[in-house]
Amino acid sequence: MSKSERVPVYLDYAATTPADPRVAEKMMTCLTMDGDFGNPASRSHVFGWKADDAVKEARGHVAALINADPREIVFTSGATESDNLAIKGVAHFYKKKGKHIITCKTEHKAVLDTCRQLEREGYEVTYLEVENSGFIDMKVLEDAIRKETILISIMHVNNETGVVQDIAAIGELARSKGVIFHCDAAQSAGKVEIDLEKLKIDLMSFSAHKTYGPKGVGALYVRRKPRIRIEAQMHGGGHERGMRSGTLAVHQIVGMGEAFRVAKEELVAESTRLLALRERLLNGFNDMEEIYINGDLSHHVPGLLNISFNFVEGESLIMALKDIAVSSGSACTSASLEPSYVLRALGREDELAHSSIRFSLGRFTTEADVDYTIELVRQKVEKLRELSPLWEMYKDGVDLSKVQWAAH
Amino acid sequence: MSIYLDHNATTPIDERVFEAMLPYLKGSCYGNPSSQHRQGRESQQALEHARAQVAMLVGVRPRQVIFTSGGTEANNLALKGMVAAGSGLVVAATEHSSVLEAASALQQCTDCPLAFVGVDEDGVVSTAEFERVLAEHKTALVSVMLANNETGVVQDVEQLSEIARRRGVIMHTDAVQALGKMDIDFDGLGVSAMSLSAHKIGGPKGVGALVVEKGLMLQPMIHGGGHEAGLRAGTENLAGIVGFGEAAALIQLGLEARTEHCERLRDRTEQVLQKIAGVVVFAQQVKRLSNTLFFAVEGIEGSTLLMSLDRDGIAVSSGSACASGSGEPSHVLKAMGVDDSLAHGAVRVSFGSSNTMKDVEQLISTLQEQVESLLKLNSGWT
Amino acid sequence: MAYSDKVMDHYENPRNVGSFDKDDNAVGTGMVGAPACGDVMKLQIKVSDEGVIEDAKFKTYGCGSAIASSSLLTEWVKGKTLAQASEIKNTEIAEELALPPVKVHCSVLAEDAIKAAVEDYNSKKSS
Repeated sequence: MSKSERVPVYLDYAATTPADPRVAEKMMTCLTMDGDFGNPASRSHVFGWKADDAVKEARGHVAALINADPREIVFTSGATESDNLAIKGVAHFYKKKGKHIITCKTEHKAVLDTCRQLEREGYEVTYLEVENSGFIDMKVLEDAIRKETILISIMHVNNETGVVQDIAAIGELARSKGVIFHCDAAQSAGKVEIDLEKLKIDLMSFSAHKTYGPKGVGALYVRRKPRIRIEAQMHGGGHERGMRSGTLAVHQIVGMGEAFRVAKEELVAESTRLLALRERLLNGFNDMEEIYINGDLSHHVPGLLNISFNFVEGESLIMALKDIAVSSGSACTSASLEPSYVLRALGREDELAHSSIRFSLGRFTTEADVDYTIELVRQKVEKLRELSPLWEMYKDGVDLSKVQWAAH
Repeated sequence: MSIYLDHNATTPIDERVFEAMLPYLKGSCYGNPSSQHRQGRESQQALEHARAQVAMLVGVRPRQVIFTSGGTEANNLALKGMVAAGSGLVVAATEHSSVLEAASALQQCTDCPLAFVGVDEDGVVSTAEFERVLAEHKTALVSVMLANNETGVVQDVEQLSEIARRRGVIMHTDAVQALGKMDIDFDGLGVSAMSLSAHKIGGPKGVGALVVEKGLMLQPMIHGGGHEAGLRAGTENLAGIVGFGEAAALIQLGLEARTEHCERLRDRTEQVLQKIAGVVVFAQQVKRLSNTLFFAVEGIEGSTLLMSLDRDGIAVSSGSACASGSGEPSHVLKAMGVDDSLAHGAVRVSFGSSNTMKDVEQLISTLQEQVESLLKLNSGWT
Repeated sequence: MAYSDKVMDHYENPRNVGSFDKDDNAVGTGMVGAPACGDVMKLQIKVSDEGVIEDAKFKTYGCGSAIASSSLLTEWVKGKTLAQASEIKNTEIAEELALPPVKVHCSVLAEDAIKAAVEDYNSKKSS
C-alpha cells in the first residue's frame, strides 16, 4: 500500500483545524513580556493601548471576511458561546414580544441544547424537519412562523453532512415577517462566501478553530442596521459594548483575526482545490457496493464527504482506520453510542446512520493523503464486511428489513 | 522600555508557560479533545494533565475543576449556576464588577433578592456585619472575594464561610486576584465554589476555572455538547488550558520568595510615598496582598498623574482595568467611605516577580517629581 | 476511546471468523442484537454426539468491543460441554477484555449469543 508521508492522516477538519503557521506566529507576539501582552481594558498605559490596537486590527479582519462593520463583531470564547448568546440574548430581550423560536433538527448541539434550556424557561420551540437532501423546505418554515415567533435559528453549513442551507432565502422570509434570524456559521466561514451587506441575517456565530485559528475564541455578529438587541449572558466590566464581559484574550483574538484574513485571501483557490480533492476521494469509492452519500452534494461545502458504508458499523471502521483521523459525525457527540441525530433527521435508517464516516479535508490535505485514505478504507471495509453477518445475509439475498431481530 | 507595574490587571506570560503552549499553538497537537481518534485522545490527555495541575495548586481533585473562558465567566457561572431563582443572594460591596453585575442581572431577570455586605474603612468585611446581613436577608448564596483587586485586602474567608455554613448558606469566593499571591487551600477556605483566572498568574488570557466542592448542584450557563461534565459546553481552549496548567504548576514553586520580593518593593515605595504631603495609602493597616499598593494624593487628579507617569514610561492604573476609562471613582473606595474627591486621585501600583528595586527607584523619583509639579500647577490656580 | 490490548488483539486478528451450514443438525446458531442498535452477533457451534462443542464460528457487526467479545467467546466454548458453555457469564468476558462500562453491553450480547446457540441446537435435537 502506498504510504502517505504523514500517519495518521488528519481528515477531521470539521472537528477542528490545526492553526495556520501565520496565525501561530501572530499569536506568539501577544503573549510575552516583549510583546503585546497588556490588558486592552487598561486605559492608563501604553501596554493597554497596544493590546487594544491589536484587538482593533483583528476585529477589522473578522468583519472584512463577512463584509460587516467592525462594530458589529462581539468576541466570545467560541461558536458555542456565540450560539448561546445569540439565542438566549434574543429570547430574553424580546420575551415580551413573544416566546416562540424556530430551529431545525439538524442544528449543532450548541443550538439545540440552548433551545431545550429555553423550553425549560417557558419558551416554545419548533424543531423543523429537513428533507432527505438535508435542506429545509421553505414552505414548511413559512408555515411554522407565528405571531409570537421572535427568532429563527438555522445553521449555514451542517457540521456532519456539509449541506449548505439557502440562508439568503431564509433571511428574506424572516425579514418580511419581522422575525430575527440567527445563523450558526461555524462550519462555513472561510469556506463559503458570506456577504452580510446582502444577506438579511441579524446574528451570526463564528468559531476560529474551524478556520485555522485557535480554539477558545469565536465571535457573534450583531447587526446594527436594523439594530438588533440582545441581553448579555455574561456580566462584568461591560466589555464588547456591554454584550459580553470578560478580559479580552488578545492573543486568541489576534489569532482569529489573522485566520480570517488568510481565509479571505485564500477562499476561492482553496475551495477549488478542496473540491477537486473531494471528487478524487469520492471517485475512489465509486465502484463500491452499498455505499450511501449523506447530504445533497449540489449545495455543499467543498471539503466534506459523509458516507455510510452499509453493513459495517462506524465505530469499528474508525478503529480499523486508526491511521487516518476521521469521525462518525460530530466530535461533540462522538463519545455517545447513539447514531447521529443529524443523519436520522435526513431519513437515514439507524443501520446506515450507524455506518457513517465523515471525511473532512482541509488546507493541509494532499492528494497522497486522499489516495492513501481510499486504499485503506477499501481494504478495511472489505475486511469488516467479511466479519459482518449482515453483509453475509445481504449477499445471500435476505431482505434485512423483513428479519425479526431479537429484542435486546 | 516601559516599566510595567500593573500586574493586577494582567501579567505577561512566563517563558516556560509559553514553551508549554507552543505545540498547541503551532505544533502537531491540534486535535479536538472530544474526537475519538489519536489526535483527539492526545488533546484529551493534555487537557486532563492541565486540570490536575490546576487542582493541585488549590488542593482539590481534578474533577472539581471546571474550565471556563476566564474569571468573569467563572464568577457568572458560580452566581447564576448556584442560586436558584428567587432564593436570595448576598455579595460584598467591594466585589469585582463581574460579581456585582452578575448579581444585579440575577436580581433584574429572576427577581432574586439581592443584598450587599459592607466593609469597614480598611475594606474588610467584618464577621459582625456579615452575620448581621445574613440574619436580616433571606440568603441562599453569598459571595465574598478572597483578595480585592484594587486594595489587595484579604478577607477572612475561612471564618466567613463558617458563619455561612452555620446558617445553611452556600458561599462562593472570587480568588482570581489572590491566586499565586498567597497560599490557597480550597477545603481550608470552606467555600462551595471558587473562581480562578490564568492571566493573573503568568498564564494566558481567555482561560479560567470554577472550582467546586464535590456534589455541588450547579446549573450550566453555556449549553451544547456536554463538555466539562455537562457544566460548560464548547470546544476547549486547549493551548490556553495547557498554559493555565503550566502557570499553576510554576506559580506554586516560588510563591514564598515571590511574595517576599514583591513586599520589599512595595514597602520601599510606601516608605517614600508617605513622606510626600497629602499621600493616603489605603488599607495599610490590614492584611493585604504583598504586591499591591493603592494610594491617592490629596489635590491631584489620578488620571492626570497616570498620564504623566505613562509619559515617563511607567505603567500603573487607577484601579480595576475593567472600570478604567469610565471616569467614575472606584466603587471599592466608595464602600470604604473614602470621599469622592480623594477617590478620584487613586493610583494602583501592582508589582510582579520581574520588577526590580531599580524599577522602584525609578517609580519613586518620577512620582516625587510629578506630584510636586502637579501640586505646584494646582496651587497656581488657587 | 482507548481500548485494552486484548480488545485490540482480538479486533485485529479475530479468531474463528466464518459460518457453518445453519441447517446442519450438529450446528447451533445464535443471532442476537439488531442493526438499528449498532450490534448484531452471529455465533455458531458445532456439537459432537457426546454434547461437546467441537468448533465455533462467529460473525459480528458492531464496535471493536463487540467483535472482540464474540471472538474471545468462540475460543472459550471450544471443548466445553453445552452445559459448561451456557454457564459463561458476561462479567468474565468483560473482565478478560477489560471493557469500559459503556461497552459492557457487548459482553452481555456475547453471553446471549452462546445461550441462543445452545438453545437452537437443543431445539433441533428434540424435534
